[in-house]
Amino acid sequence: MDQRLILPILLPFIAGIVLLLTNGMARQRRLSITAVAALLPLAAALLAMTGDGYHAYVLGNWPAPFGIVLVLDRLSALMLGLTALVALPALLYAVAAGTDAQGRYFHPLFQFQLMGLNGAFLTGDLFNLFVFFEILLIASYSLLLHGGGRERIRAGLHYVILNLVGSALFLIAIGTLYGMTGALNLADLAVRIAAAPAADAGLLRTGALLLLVVFGLKAAMLPLYFWLPAAYTCTSAPVAALFALLTKVGVYSIIRVFSLAFGPTAGVAANVAMPWLLPLALATLLAGGFGVLASWDSRRLIAYSVIVSIGTLLAGIGLGSTSGLSAALVYLVHTTLITAGMFLLADLIAMQRGHSDSRPSSPVAQPLILGTLFFVGAVAMAGMPPLSGFLGKVLLLRAAEETVALPWIWSVVLGSSLLIMVAWGRMGSSLFWNTLDTPVTGIPVHARLLLPAVALLAAGPLLMVLARPLTHFAAETAQQIFAPAAYIETVLANRSLVPATGTSP
Amino acid sequence: MLPFIPLIVLLAAMLPPLAERYDGRNAGAWTTALVTALALAALLFLSPAVFSGGVQRAGWEWLPELGLNLSFRLDGLALLFGLLITGIGLLVILYARYYLSEHDNLGRFYSLLLLFMGAMLGIVLADNLLLLLMFWELTSLGSFLLIGYWHPRADARRGARLALTVTAGGGLALLGGFLLLGHIVGSFELSAVLAAGETVKQHPGYLATLLLILLGVFTKSAQFPLHFWLPQAMAAPTPVSAYLHSATMVKAGVFLLARLFPVLADTDPWFFLVGGVGLLTLLFAAYAALFQHDIKGLLAYSTISHLGLITLLFGLGTPLTAVAGVFHIINHAIFKASLFMAAGIIDHETGCRDMRQLNGLFKFMPQTAVLAILAAAAMAGVPLLNGFLSKEMFFAQTIHSAALGGAGVLLPVLATVAGVFSVAYSARFIHDVFFNGEPINLPRIPHEPPRYLRVPVEILVVVCLLVGIVPAYTVGPMLAVAAVSVVGGPLPPYSLAIWHGFNLPLLMSALALAGGACMYGQRQWLFRLRDRYPLPVGKILFGRSQRAVISATRQITGWLENGSLQCYLAWLLGTAVLAGGWGLASGGKLTGEVPLQPLDGLSLLLALLLAVAALLTVFWQRQRLTALIVLGVVGLVVVLAFVRFSAPDLALTQLTVEVVTTILLLLALRFLPAEAMVESALSRRLRDAGLAIMVGLGVAILAWGVLTRAPHTALVDYLLATSLPGGGGANVVNVILVDFRGFDTLGETTVLAIAALGIVALLAGGLPTPTAPPVAARDADRHPLLLRMGVRPILAVTLLLAAYVFLRGHNLPGGGFVAGLVTALGLVTQYLAGDFRWTAEKLGFDHQRLIAVGLLLIALTGLMSTAFDHPFLTSTFAHLHFPLTGEFEIASAMIFDLGVYLIVVGVVMLILLELGQSETAEGAWNC
Repeated sequence: MDQRLILPILLPFIAGIVLLLTNGMARQRRLSITAVAALLPLAAALLAMTGDGYHAYVLGNWPAPFGIVLVLDRLSALMLGLTALVALPALLYAVAAGTDAQGRYFHPLFQFQLMGLNGAFLTGDLFNLFVFFEILLIASYSLLLHGGGRERIRAGLHYVILNLVGSALFLIAIGTLYGMTGALNLADLAVRIAAAPAADAGLLRTGALLLLVVFGLKAAMLPLYFWLPAAYTCTSAPVAALFALLTKVGVYSIIRVFSLAFGPTAGVAANVAMPWLLPLALATLLAGGFGVLASWDSRRLIAYSVIVSIGTLLAGIGLGSTSGLSAALVYLVHTTLITAGMFLLADLIAMQRGHSDSRPSSPVAQPLILGTLFFVGAVAMAGMPPLSGFLGKVLLLRAAEETVALPWIWSVVLGSSLLIMVAWGRMGSSLFWNTLDTPVTGIPVHARLLLPAVALLAAGPLLMVLARPLTHFAAETAQQIFAPAAYIETVLANRSLVPATGTSP
Repeated sequence: MLPFIPLIVLLAAMLPPLAERYDGRNAGAWTTALVTALALAALLFLSPAVFSGGVQRAGWEWLPELGLNLSFRLDGLALLFGLLITGIGLLVILYARYYLSEHDNLGRFYSLLLLFMGAMLGIVLADNLLLLLMFWELTSLGSFLLIGYWHPRADARRGARLALTVTAGGGLALLGGFLLLGHIVGSFELSAVLAAGETVKQHPGYLATLLLILLGVFTKSAQFPLHFWLPQAMAAPTPVSAYLHSATMVKAGVFLLARLFPVLADTDPWFFLVGGVGLLTLLFAAYAALFQHDIKGLLAYSTISHLGLITLLFGLGTPLTAVAGVFHIINHAIFKASLFMAAGIIDHETGCRDMRQLNGLFKFMPQTAVLAILAAAAMAGVPLLNGFLSKEMFFAQTIHSAALGGAGVLLPVLATVAGVFSVAYSARFIHDVFFNGEPINLPRIPHEPPRYLRVPVEILVVVCLLVGIVPAYTVGPMLAVAAVSVVGGPLPPYSLAIWHGFNLPLLMSALALAGGACMYGQRQWLFRLRDRYPLPVGKILFGRSQRAVISATRQITGWLENGSLQCYLAWLLGTAVLAGGWGLASGGKLTGEVPLQPLDGLSLLLALLLAVAALLTVFWQRQRLTALIVLGVVGLVVVLAFVRFSAPDLALTQLTVEVVTTILLLLALRFLPAEAMVESALSRRLRDAGLAIMVGLGVAILAWGVLTRAPHTALVDYLLATSLPGGGGANVVNVILVDFRGFDTLGETTVLAIAALGIVALLAGGLPTPTAPPVAARDADRHPLLLRMGVRPILAVTLLLAAYVFLRGHNLPGGGFVAGLVTALGLVTQYLAGDFRWTAEKLGFDHQRLIAVGLLLIALTGLMSTAFDHPFLTSTFAHLHFPLTGEFEIASAMIFDLGVYLIVVGVVMLILLELGQSETAEGAWNC
């Protein structure tokens, strides 16, 4: 039992509590940054642990499947690492820009948000996943509104109501699955679904598809993404950057639940989501591409790029192969980091131009550095070589080679790439080239504000340099996910090891 | 050394701005030139091996799983292009230094130039298709930045975007083509691909592969009908045009034709597609060039036309035409670079590029004029200049091409026609600009350019002459090795002489020269003809379709993301209904094996009550207060149902939650009008009603399916059996909450805490003014004395009750959550009965701190066990014996429960105070 498994949840939880009891912005900032920074080495340590298979953490020492377990595997470690990598720059930016002082409780809420993210990535229990979804939702809603303003409240209202309905659906789905199988533990659920009689097929599939709707809503899949563009466009930049992770929770849950409990070996409910996933993914990709081209505001453009990325990710998952999944995972790392970086950068550019839309304005004060960063980010987001977006895209195209869906995937992926490229070309030309003949009004930003964006956008070239280890890791992760037997074995092994009356001294 | 050539040039792109900052404008130029010269020297150093017939390969693995490697090759073709790119690059660097003005950012220019040059070198040196593609797209990006260099100009921005859209779009098609090609061959290494020509041509995917690759080639090399970006790219500074449209960018397309010639050529689709498009482009662009008034426009169309010629040569698909194609690539690069530079000099020294104004410049700048005339003569194919030789070869090949059968005679005729136009526009360039009367309204008095602006042109024109006069001693060996790598085998015999005797090609050349001169003489007539029947302009069509696409995407996006929450909810619920419906219909049985219980009167009554109350809530939804009261009935029926089915814990919780939420909702309702208006059309309400019924039915069906099946009891049995011995509590529900699934409770209480914080943060910006009139306005006696006095003792009772509920929780119905709600209710009553502020002062404790302490208690309880190396939240309990009370149980879970209690009290009170305070707050709300 490695106590480090609980730390990604416990650390932000306790930090959040202590922050509630801490007065003074300076002290809160120090504490908050320290707590988030500590997540990085922690995530690295956990990532290193995944080399030798799965690790389970039995909360309350109640044997699985009776209590709640946390499970660490490559996928969850990857997500934990990604969370830490995005959270730290976002927080540093919030501190440097003073976003955290624009309303109350920014730091506690930020920590609770991280607790929700890390919990969702670690838990091995369906109901516990629901609980972490709730933490995520309520913390993200509060963060979304942070700083106030009419637009935020309006977009936030749509966000929270849709997601509350999603929560209700989640409960209905859990209730159905629990009623049909008597299991909440994901490994247990997998075992029981695989053994379910044919008579239970319809209800089990219904439960599974309702879960797909719920996760699809979180992931922002067509036709469930409508809450996203407005919410991501109008919230503060560091929150938007952190939200780059939020949709990935939905994607993660789809991978986790549908590979484990509704995968190829799931008996009557085997591969239940597969016929839906790929068409919906391609439709999402296309709708996102349209939205990107239709965007007249740089932040909206990035928000719609999130939808494009979700379509791409789900297409990789929807291929139902290890190569497809590993392409999706490579793309996941890229898109999360770059999107977060672009949200921060767009804020800097908007600061210097006076607004974030594409109307002409006075030139930015730092055209060289901001222009270069924008170019790097735009090239990466458009999936053009030589930056990281290209890698994921080509891996996905290649993964589709042996499938019947090849013409569909290729034409949609390549076609939407064109739309996105045109959109970024237009936006860059509008932001940096089509300037008014007025003197520069913006003031150059401090390196403290610049560095978080630089660090995130550095992923563009860096992931290309590290392409080999990254794809290796993604391939290993995909293989692990496609062989869920070891997961189930690890989790349920505790059943026999711990005596039924296992209480501590 | 080979891989470093493109990579170092790319990396060096960072240097010019730094050098310039360090030591002025010349430093930037020198740095750039030095890097380029180094690349050139490296190529020359490696060239002997190429000339002796070898192919050099070097590089590293990058992503072998994907097929992407950093592998490079140097063969004849790569060497030829490498020399052109670096050689002409050097001249452009010198030219640009004197061309660009003091206001232009030279560092940025050189930086972009190096970026572009590195990418070009990458294309020609790559030995891996995916690597080649990466450099290919990089040239698209580089050209975007270079064409948009003078970005305050709208035409530069437009031209840059257009070039990016077309060429990078073509790059996407090329990616598809390469992936197919690599898939067919089984490798992306060029060496393997080049050897697999027969496999590829016989593969069923050949045509798709060819089409996709050609789409990439034709966009890049500006072939009709995708040529229109090139004339727009003339908004770039002239050094850029001279570089991009002579030796680089547009040559990338024909380079690829040459590169993949052994793999793809010599099939019917290749012949008709490549040859056809090439011929069409050759003719169309030669015709269009004649009518350009802008000298750079004329050169742009002439470039397109010559690219068409090269494409046609490769399309004819024989080894000899390939040799001619390579030869013309060289010649065109040299004379076109010099022509663009000459045009730039004219623009630079006169401030004008319009041939209707530029006349008679010979006497102002005779030296430049001689250079330009020689270069233009090369373009026209005048003997003794390099253009003549390759054009002769072209004419000869059109005659010998047998593939067209009976229609074969058309090809030489059309080739001659194109030659006529080519001579005519060359004549126009020479005659209009340098002779033809006096200049008209020029912004500046023309004069010779600075010395170093002309030097590059001089060098290039000398090369034109040398190649034209003694081809075998100059270009011969280079052409031979380059052609060998294109043909992929021994070369057919050909002769690089000026004089082949009186033959058909010579006649065609003579016809073209004479016809062109005639045509230029009759140009007024032709101009009138063109004005009457104008050609459709590609850029306008493209602009129009792009605008149409963008407005279509805006419409689609606006229709999907229409800002209506009702619509979004309809999508969500509709999707859920569809998903659930499909799942249910997909198989299996709905009803399980458990027999139904007989229906009893009480259950029926409760169900009816529930249904009626739900319907009434909908019916009265616009009278908000009434709806809330009826909704309360729904909640209470649920409580009764819990009681009926022996779930006292749930009933107790539901009851208290119901009361607290009703109070909070009542407080919130004050901010809304008492009655809501009808806002939706009937159709939408019907849609929503339909959806609601479907969702309700769906949930009912699910419940039916689950409840008619025998429950799975393994989990429940374990919990029932272990609760007391393992969890130390007889009340299983409570033990589940604080122990078995204490982690869930930790999460959910955190949710409560966050919700409270969120509400405080949200309302910190100022609360709306209540729309309902203050209570005081309605009731003279706002806080009746009797109520106030009567309520106070109740507090003590409720607190006692809460303590009782809390303490028994572990063994009997109750627990921290319910106790917290009871306490909160007691406190709420105090607030309701008394003045808010007064009560707050009397009770005055910090709810935020209360919540934090509660959370901390939970965290610490969980952490205690980790000290003993047990997992987080492992519980413990002990039975203590006190003299008076008897046995008393202490469980760590009770501390956990105390945390829950504190949080619940804190959260409810915090929200309540926030909402209640507004009665006295002075916030304004702009609705």
